[in-house]
Amino acid sequence: MDRIPILRMGHFLLVTIQIDLYDRLATNLESDLVQMVNKTGARGVLIDISALSIVDSFMGRILGNIGNMSKIMDAETVVVGMQPAVAITLIELGLELKGVHTALNVEKGMELLKDKIGSYDEELTEDEDRIE
Amino acid sequence: MTQQLGNAGLREDLMSNDELREQSNELLDVLLRSMTDKNLTDVDSPDFEQAHEILSGISISRARLGFSPRETGAYVFSLKDALFKSLQEELVDDPKAMADALVRVNKLMDSLGIVTFETFIKGREEVILRQTDEITEISTPVIRVWDGILALPIIGTLDSARTQTVMENLLQEIVDSSSTIAILDISGVPAVDSLVAQHLIKTVAATRLMGAECIISGIRPEIAQTIVHLGIDLSNIVTKASLASALQFSFHLLTLEVKKIQNKASL
Amino acid sequence: MKIVLNKDTMRIEKEQDVVPFRSRVKEYAVKIGMGLVNQTKLITAASELVRNMLKYAGGGQVLIEAINQGRENGIRLTFRDKGPGIPNIALAMKDGFSTGKSLGVGLPGAKRLVNEFDIKSIVGEGTTVTIIKWKNG
Repeated sequence: MDRIPILRMGHFLLVTIQIDLYDRLATNLESDLVQMVNKTGARGVLIDISALSIVDSFMGRILGNIGNMSKIMDAETVVVGMQPAVAITLIELGLELKGVHTALNVEKGMELLKDKIGSYDEELTEDEDRIE
Repeated sequence: MTQQLGNAGLREDLMSNDELREQSNELLDVLLRSMTDKNLTDVDSPDFEQAHEILSGISISRARLGFSPRETGAYVFSLKDALFKSLQEELVDDPKAMADALVRVNKLMDSLGIVTFETFIKGREEVILRQTDEITEISTPVIRVWDGILALPIIGTLDSARTQTVMENLLQEIVDSSSTIAILDISGVPAVDSLVAQHLIKTVAATRLMGAECIISGIRPEIAQTIVHLGIDLSNIVTKASLASALQFSFHLLTLEVKKIQNKASL
Repeated sequence: MKIVLNKDTMRIEKEQDVVPFRSRVKEYAVKIGMGLVNQTKLITAASELVRNMLKYAGGGQVLIEAINQGRENGIRLTFRDKGPGIPNIALAMKDGFSTGKSLGVGLPGAKRLVNEFDIKSIVGEGTTVTIIKWKNG
């Protein structure tokens, strides 16, 4: 069964979505992430959608869900790398991405997260932890 | 050839006599080959396609060299004169046939002359189209004024299509330059209608969605009035009076400060 | 007068059919030279409508056509299902309305992304939605 890999970067989690999600994959991602946030005590989640050329309301809902779930677990979520055509389409579609912040790329996303949660831990290590 | 050399259309400065001879020979050759008794009155006949092509080529190259359309037309008509002369000599014993032939050749030559004019006009239209494209490109520059700050000074009327292009260019440039702030300066825009205002609002919204910020500066008082009268809500958009104040605001957003240098000796 | 230049029919029965469907629509759009933004709008609208079809009617079929009208080329998509139908179309086309758990942008949102939008539905028989996106729309 396909699962989207979640990488751990210090106190943050990074998810890179490169394929179109369908129902089962999406729900798996949501539960995997929530479990990981809990397990690692992560304070921030970065979702990289730079590879997605289409974001419809289904995908929008998933992003919003992840944002809300993480918030409940005391973590902030940033969606990064939105393509211009996708942004234009989402505005036209009237879709609001509530519950998540946005940033241009992973680097800026991390800056934003550090800002939002305050880096109480200056030594953010970059170890990578994959869940299978 | 003698006919042409004596022709008012001769421009020795633009084309050497040898080139002229070559060009004329080619044209004559093709014409004589394509002309038959049948197609003499039918200038649209496919037989003349090659002649048309050569004529178009001649017209275009002459236009490029600087010949006026009249001069190029005159060149074609000089052929008419030459043909008439030879027809008159040949058919001197048969006035009826001569009159007949003259009329038909006349018609043919006239329409061939028109082909040169049509080609000329078409060439001009292509130049206009190309210039329009260039103007569109030039009039919407995206300037990286600072690390992470873009400025778009828009000049001229904004219509719906142009605003969409501006929006797409802006967003792409934001991604390419990783800029977090874009300043859309519309002080060079005389008027904004409801549709354009909507596009501008969408542009700001799309920028925010991507994780950047868009500031609109240089709104003329007339436009401010129009916007309020149209009932458009700009409360979610940051607007600044000038590009300068927008830049200052941007520095502030990026927690940057501009300070006066205290020790001038170090300059 | 619309002329059909090329067409294709795809059956949508399960979720996994959505991705190949989107790819096919993209192929058609690219072929007529549609720009990236318009492509994205078209495919996103198609994605909304096809998911609707799966969710409320359990599937259906989509007719993909490259069409021409005068000087304009475009893509026409016709979504046909034999589902329960929509009792109140006007209500369904209102912004923010939703019977499912979606964000309520489905139909009115899709309409905003395309140039022409038509919907016919008979309760108990099914629904047909037709959308057109012109190359330079």
